[in-house]
Amino acid sequence: MSAAPFTFAGVMRGAQRSIAIALGLAPFGLVVGVLAASKGLSLTETGLMSALVFAGASQILALDLWTHPAPVLAASIAAFAVNLRMALMGPALTPWLERLAGWRLWANLALLVDQGFALAIAESRKGERDGGFLFGVSLVLWLSWITCSVIGHLLGVAFHPPRDHPLFFAALAAFVSLLVPLWRGRKEALPWLIAALVALLVARIAPPGAWHVVAAALAGSLVGAWRETRRMTP
Amino acid sequence: MIETSNLVAILGMAVATLACRIGGYFLFRAFRPTPFLRAMLGYVPGTLFVGYVAPALAAGGIKEWVGAAATLLTVRLSGNIALGIAAGTASAWLAWLMR
Repeated sequence: MSAAPFTFAGVMRGAQRSIAIALGLAPFGLVVGVLAASKGLSLTETGLMSALVFAGASQILALDLWTHPAPVLAASIAAFAVNLRMALMGPALTPWLERLAGWRLWANLALLVDQGFALAIAESRKGERDGGFLFGVSLVLWLSWITCSVIGHLLGVAFHPPRDHPLFFAALAAFVSLLVPLWRGRKEALPWLIAALVALLVARIAPPGAWHVVAAALAGSLVGAWRETRRMTP
Repeated sequence: MIETSNLVAILGMAVATLACRIGGYFLFRAFRPTPFLRAMLGYVPGTLFVGYVAPALAAGGIKEWVGAAATLLTVRLSGNIALGIAAGTASAWLAWLMR
């Protein structure tokens, strides 16, 4: 394989490969924008959030819980909990990242995102190791993400759908759809059941916010990890 | 227009997310995570979304149930998340119109 850790040709290759993914994510971005408009966020705030956070699931979760004044602590904790999975992407990309330094390394880390990560892992199995490829993928996804959420905000302001409009179901559908690839087999059954029960219970007793989500994830993954590691050491 | 508490919340989310993106790489280079922590992180995304979906469905009605079922089925059959969101939302819309 080529020894070059980061090439411009790689950036272009990555940008081209990610256009289809960016189109697939467009509805997701639109929903974020519509939701942000319905919660009273301005166009600037919506664009800023998409540019700085760039993580759809956590944005939808936080926006769904958005109040006035903004729930700073709950939104930050929700973002941390939802995006904790990204802490595992960097280590998995070590073969690409360890050859990079300076802005090339920081930009690739700061723009890590599920779909870009998945594409990079798939391509690295075919021998791709160009940090530019990863950067090109992320850059296109980032720009289209900001664009789509801004367009969504404009649509949301123009149509102003009522709060019970089925359009907002798209936010819930986004999470329901993510459950399918996250199901890794029967070992998920008990942790997911525990998570559902804890969420229902905590949602009933806790103050409004993301606490039931955090509690569910904590309880469910503790049970899962406990069972898994106990099985490994008989 | 930017309102202060909105800005602070957005910055809080940005810092928390950046910590995940950057922190994971450097932490895992410095320390070997225990098998327990590694296993636990593997369960976090699934249980987290279950924690979000379960109360929403429990509080929802026909619209939510039809939409969720259509979403699951579509993603299961097509493997395409965006298509699942679209099909689920369209089904929820239909259920809402027929109520």
